[in-house]
Amino acid sequence: MSAPALAETEVPQNAVPAAIDLRGEFETSGVKDVLAELDRELIGLAPVKRRIRETAALLLVERARRRMGLAHETPTLHMSFTGNPGTGKTTVALRMADLLHRLGYVRKGHLVSVTRDDLVGQYIGHTAPKTKEILKKAMGGVLFIDEAYYLYRPENERDYGQEAIEILLQVMENQRDDLVVILAGYAQRMDRFFESNPGFRSRIAHHIDFPDYSDDELLRIAEQMLDQQNYLFDTKATTAMADYIARRRAQPHFANARSIRNALDRARLRQANRLFESAKGPLDAKALSTISAEDITASRVFARKPGEGESK
Amino acid sequence: MRITQGAFSFLPDLTHDQIRAQVQYCIDNKWAVSLEFTDEPHPRNTYWDMWGHPMFDNPDAAALMMELNACRKIYGDRYIRVVAFDSSHGWESVKLSFIVNRPAEEPGYRLDRQEAAGRMIRYTTRPYAADRPAGARYG
Repeated sequence: MSAPALAETEVPQNAVPAAIDLRGEFETSGVKDVLAELDRELIGLAPVKRRIRETAALLLVERARRRMGLAHETPTLHMSFTGNPGTGKTTVALRMADLLHRLGYVRKGHLVSVTRDDLVGQYIGHTAPKTKEILKKAMGGVLFIDEAYYLYRPENERDYGQEAIEILLQVMENQRDDLVVILAGYAQRMDRFFESNPGFRSRIAHHIDFPDYSDDELLRIAEQMLDQQNYLFDTKATTAMADYIARRRAQPHFANARSIRNALDRARLRQANRLFESAKGPLDAKALSTISAEDITASRVFARKPGEGESK
Repeated sequence: MRITQGAFSFLPDLTHDQIRAQVQYCIDNKWAVSLEFTDEPHPRNTYWDMWGHPMFDNPDAAALMMELNACRKIYGDRYIRVVAFDSSHGWESVKLSFIVNRPAEEPGYRLDRQEAAGRMIRYTTRPYAADRPAGARYG
């Protein structure tokens, strides 16, 4: 019987395959590529990757069951991503949209990223059309609501956020095939948000927690970010950056990878200034793309002792 | 009398999935889809009422289907059509339109003959439904 071999290739829609090769499915559906990309390009985030892998496995099995005509129901795919700022929630949401698209759980696989302002109106009767407009735009893809807890403002009982929440819940329940909603935000405030909106909690199947990056991971992220822009650290700069990360973390408003990105932007600015002021002759590509230690140590973060005052 | 306007009107009514597939085809061609409804089905009545705005940037047909369901809830006893508008330069006009909802009963048209000067006859068609006031024509 050659069924397993057959299952790897395209099976006509109406034929019920006798067996399904999960490994083959894993490879042909492109899920493997998405997961490999996730592993390669996202540094750290081990628990998140594990959860995504598990979810992917579940969805693959569900899909196989559906193709074999076994009892199945569309799994609830709405998720919540909790974690501190700059831990990669939006990036992972983008990958998630791609993953769900390849598995056939969303038809288009685009990501619509919104915040409270995009959903909630400013006067009576403004909210419902606004929320519906966004929902329509997100259909066939993933709706990513950043800082979702702002939707609910308990201190103001006439707040229009409640209306947006009701419409969202209704669509999340009735049109599960059409769109996947991902809520994101800081862990504590999301918990409070779910407590006061039990409807959301019960409609969300996957809660994924994003841990903070370690210093080492942040350094690797910094190097990767620079690499993408065709820049690099020299050896001294690498040490300076490691030092910078340790100091920056102790200061307020630390936003993980986002702080790193901003620091790098400023380092590039300083590097440009340094080259501009000190260059005597023509510069080669290496000089133009090397960030040296002084570009980093000029940061105000080094001016204070760790833990002291604002950094901005 | 079954009214035949727009595409597919000689076919049996499209099912939900067929409508969705047609709408998706329109969207994939970058046409803006929208819904219009009327209770005045005269063939020369091209100006139907709009249901919401045309949808220029929804990549999936589910959005229109949601609006269609909402429209059917309120105007389920009238004619509803999907209109696909091509905004590309040089076209800027409707590329496809088809009826997706009709009244349960379509009484059809009366043909009026008017005797004019000499032995001339002027013909005009008048929907029976239009005898009743707008809003109370069907059901």
